[in-house]
Amino acid sequence: MKWPALGYLRASSLDELWRALGDGAQILAGGQTLLATLAFRLSEPGTLVDITRIPELRGISVTGGVLRVGALTRHAELGRDALVARHAPLLTQAVPHIAHPAIRNRGTIGGSLAYADPAAELPACAVALDATLVLAREGGERRVKATDFFTGLLTTALEPGEIIAAVEFPLAGPSQRAVILEVARRSGDYAMAGLAAVLDLGADGRVTAPRLTFFGVGDGPVLATRANAALEGRALDAAAIAAAQAALDADLDPPADLHGPPAMKRHLCRVLLGRALQSLTPATEQAA
Amino acid sequence: MMITLTVNGERVTRHVEPRRHLIDFLRLDLGLTGSHAGCEHGVCGACTVRVDGEIVRGCLVLAASLDGAEVTTIEGLTDSGEVADLQDQFVARNAAQCGFCTPGMVMAAADILAHHADADRAAIREHLAGNYCRCTGYQAIVEAVAATLSERAIHTSADAGRGDRTREARR
Repeated sequence: MKWPALGYLRASSLDELWRALGDGAQILAGGQTLLATLAFRLSEPGTLVDITRIPELRGISVTGGVLRVGALTRHAELGRDALVARHAPLLTQAVPHIAHPAIRNRGTIGGSLAYADPAAELPACAVALDATLVLAREGGERRVKATDFFTGLLTTALEPGEIIAAVEFPLAGPSQRAVILEVARRSGDYAMAGLAAVLDLGADGRVTAPRLTFFGVGDGPVLATRANAALEGRALDAAAIAAAQAALDADLDPPADLHGPPAMKRHLCRVLLGRALQSLTPATEQAA
Repeated sequence: MMITLTVNGERVTRHVEPRRHLIDFLRLDLGLTGSHAGCEHGVCGACTVRVDGEIVRGCLVLAASLDGAEVTTIEGLTDSGEVADLQDQFVARNAAQCGFCTPGMVMAAADILAHHADADRAAIREHLAGNYCRCTGYQAIVEAVAATLSERAIHTSADAGRGDRTREARR
């Protein structure tokens, strides 16, 4: 249906933004989720405050040993950025899974993280890559780990009057391996189940610091701590993959949804885990 | 609020309500009914138009946010001749059945022609995955795009030898 009556303000600097934020104000970035919720009348903000022309929220850079991605970075920009491809290749792989080209041209990373859809790719990538969110408010900013940022269904650690200014990703080392896989009814739709997998594979072929993060199967990104523990220190062979799959069940508590019952989601996650780890297995292991 | 923007090369200034999305602005305020309002929540792609050269969902953009922007609709794209060959292929292969999705399909397909000249059928399908055709005439649509790409590739390689400028002019 048509959008409800609402106000619109454009902030062209952070100072203007702080003055505009108040009762009934809703921040508008790319709008690719928010404006759809208006059509469903799932949200009725008093005033949309457009932040897309605030320069401080833009840009991608490597500073202080991290890859800093401005909140207003559009998915399409993320997908073609050379710094991102070099220092956080998981993100480059994730972009083609996010909706469709026309939506990727508008949607932003800050908007995706702030909305915190449990089936969205970027929140899971932020957790898998152990990213830190830079949250700005009038007179200051604070940093929150992605693992602490997502607090529940469509719920985050953002306080009233606070916005995501940027996301900081640790730089990928030469031993990092990353892959993202998902199952969706139609290419670009929200995932029925998905996996963002990041781990280090040493010269000795052993896994360290695995961060298997599932999406579409909980109320937010699910860091599979037991499956990760089952992989830690092991060679990435068939036995290790089977052990991680066996441990995974206790990490998951998927709700039933439109797509099917919890048992189906558990099955999809096991299959995705097997495929993801198989794809990261050194060629010699695959031949064996 | 008042906005001034460029639509299909013409500068327009209008008063818009903040709740107006771009497609209603184009259709109801400017009378450009080529862009279709389908699902109006970003799923079907019938409202695909260009904003500042990039395709977007017209139903997921506030008209009020487009002060200073450059918008191209199917009317403008058609008049420019940029996709005349693609449109000929759509006709030749009956890729428009009821026609509701066609403007959005052509806008999205034009994006493939402009940015992904080497797209194979799988890449064409992937790129068009955000556009629904409820007549399910996808096969003919993909054929039309693939045929246009290969025709252009032949012309480009032939032109390269002759220094022919007409292809350039057409773009």
